Amino acid sequence: MPNMQMNKTPMPEQDGKVRARNFKEVALGYTADMAVEEAKRCLHCKNSPCVSGCPVNVNIPAFLAQVAEGEFEAAYQTITATNSLPAVCGRVCPQENQCEGKCVRGIKGESVGIGRIERFVADYHMQRETGVKVSRPESNGHKVAVVGSGPAGLTCAGDLAKMGYDVTIYEAFHKAGGVLVYGIPEFRLPKAIVQKEIDALTALGVHVETDMVIGRVLSVDELFTLGYEAVFIGSGAGLPRFMDIPGESLLGVYSANEFLTRINLMKAYDANYDTPVQYAKKVAVVGGGNVAMDAARCAMRLGAEEVSIIYRRSEAEMPARLEEIHHAKEEGIIFRFLTNPKSVVGDEEGKVTGIECVEMELGEPDESGRRSPIEKKGSEFVLPVDAVIMAIGTSPNPLIRSTTEGLQANRRGCLVVNEEMLTSKEGVYAGGDAVTGAATVILAMGAGKTAAASIDAYIKNKS
Amino acid sequence: MFQIVKKKDLNAEVVWMDILAPAIAKKAKAGQFIIFRVDETGERVPLTIADYDREKGTVTIIFQKVGASTQKLAQKNEGDFILDFVGPLGTPSHFENVKKVAVIGGGVGCAIAYPQAKALHNAGVCVHMIAGFRNKEIVILKDEMEAVSNRFFLATDDGSTGQKGFVTDVLRSLLKQGEQYDLVVAIGPIPMMKFVSQLTKEYEIPTIVSMNPIMVDGTGMCGGCRVTVDGKVRFACVDGPDFDGHKVDFDELIRRNNFYREQETRARETGCRLLSMQPEKGE
Repeated sequence: MPNMQMNKTPMPEQDGKVRARNFKEVALGYTADMAVEEAKRCLHCKNSPCVSGCPVNVNIPAFLAQVAEGEFEAAYQTITATNSLPAVCGRVCPQENQCEGKCVRGIKGESVGIGRIERFVADYHMQRETGVKVSRPESNGHKVAVVGSGPAGLTCAGDLAKMGYDVTIYEAFHKAGGVLVYGIPEFRLPKAIVQKEIDALTALGVHVETDMVIGRVLSVDELFTLGYEAVFIGSGAGLPRFMDIPGESLLGVYSANEFLTRINLMKAYDANYDTPVQYAKKVAVVGGGNVAMDAARCAMRLGAEEVSIIYRRSEAEMPARLEEIHHAKEEGIIFRFLTNPKSVVGDEEGKVTGIECVEMELGEPDESGRRSPIEKKGSEFVLPVDAVIMAIGTSPNPLIRSTTEGLQANRRGCLVVNEEMLTSKEGVYAGGDAVTGAATVILAMGAGKTAAASIDAYIKNKS
Repeated sequence: MFQIVKKKDLNAEVVWMDILAPAIAKKAKAGQFIIFRVDETGERVPLTIADYDREKGTVTIIFQKVGASTQKLAQKNEGDFILDFVGPLGTPSHFENVKKVAVIGGGVGCAIAYPQAKALHNAGVCVHMIAGFRNKEIVILKDEMEAVSNRFFLATDDGSTGQKGFVTDVLRSLLKQGEQYDLVVAIGPIPMMKFVSQLTKEYEIPTIVSMNPIMVDGTGMCGGCRVTVDGKVRFACVDGPDFDGHKVDFDELIRRNNFYREQETRARETGCRLLSMQPEKGE
């Protein structure tokens, strides 16, 4: 009999006030009993809408059935048949818009907590190192290069390695993981977990070369001369946008990328590390996405007295995951909706002292369907802050497209690909934020997966 | 891991290192930079490439022991390894259609001005090189610079060797004597580059300066290296590090580079007089 409880089995988490001052993981994860109980809420309906909501088509009903039976390791094998990063996805996927968004239990009451169960299964596997040895597939003798070690690159590399390809990932930073290590904070995605996912790939035979900026030290064309038969570009959307308002070069104005990289990758909050970060008392974060939530919550954890999120639309339009908004509120982050910055103001030393904002109201829907905000005349005010973090989006880095002949990009700088993830250049595939502009981890993984299949078909047809 | 294959002290503060990094050496061009990280807890620090040897596969860096990370690097010896060495980053310098160029180096900036002078000299350009230091004790690369210059001028703040005065004094007197340059390349402390640029603007001589701002990744990702050039925000790591000296907002850059000064607990006073240099009256 299914568990007909209307609501998800709650997941234990650190208290909001406590966790707002530490970098430890917010959500503590299900126990085995909780996972079994929650998995039993699945009705195993006929057409499994949840699977169609998953960009990497995890066989969700199958793994839920295994969890319900206590067959956790089997469930892990089911998930990893199509998803190479389950511990990551269980934590950072926007499940409410994907698998869980399609779950029939969500029509009356709450959907099955698929993400929470996925996370439990992945953690269960990792904690036990179950001895189920990853067997290295037999080499097929073909080499593929993957540029970037974020979710798109890792997925593409993992899938290709499983098919027997000799895969090398080139990463510009000194550490593999891309946005999973420099962007998403420790309290949402522990770096030890990312490292274990990467270790799992290297166990499959994937080579990871860090400190390699493709487009500088090697061009895409040179990769082919090194014997790679195909190249996958998953270089992400790393270029931060600024608002182009006065005062953005003042001291204390950061891009979210810089702020988060200093904290997550360089561990500036840890006194044992040399990289500095400013410990601001009052912080304004501009933007309404997950990155804005991450930046605000990091600022709080560095000890800020007051952290505000400034967003020009209303809460309903906010693109961040509901859970992140909820967590941010619990941690005491102030949300200033319908507010837009006009300038950053500073003192004679050039240090930030405040952010001048104007109140907004919602007008007619724009082309994205969201009601566009309009300024309320005369409502300007200055919010006193000593740091401003711009989290208003990123665009793809031009380095690869500008150094690779025949690689087409659109006017936003995103690489143009067809349905097979093939770019305008033969043998060169791309996916993730480099193609879509800033999006989600799981969409990037889906693209990496499609590209791996296309690369396999391409190389097989060629030889 | 990257091995230090050669190390020598150029003076008490400045160290020369050749790092074995064949892939970078193969691609490096004058004006580009690398980022190093000594160990797991280290910072990522950018340094302009001073020289490279494609055959030996080495990249030369010359740096002043100013902060925690450069101190940490200086403690390493020949044969030791450092964890990370990334590059070549940034846009290479390109000087087109120039016949006569004044190359100006200030202090440790001479380490970067020298390869520029050498490249120009090897391309058949007439090079006048002006090198400025605080005093005799800290002069570096004198013979090397002299060897690639048609005329070489050494200046020290205290007159302990060469002419007494700043590099701007030397340049001004050359210009007053009627010397004409197609281009001035100035590399050194930000105030020096600022005052050279002010002077060359009067004479309408195109001027290139090389920036070394605070950055994290060096590939355009963090935006920490923002420099205002001609009223527009540019990223030194990808748009630079070379910029038009007449258009750079030097005062903003000085402020930005001092942002973490209080936190640089182990930073040492560089004692460079140029940092407290004021424009001369009547200019």
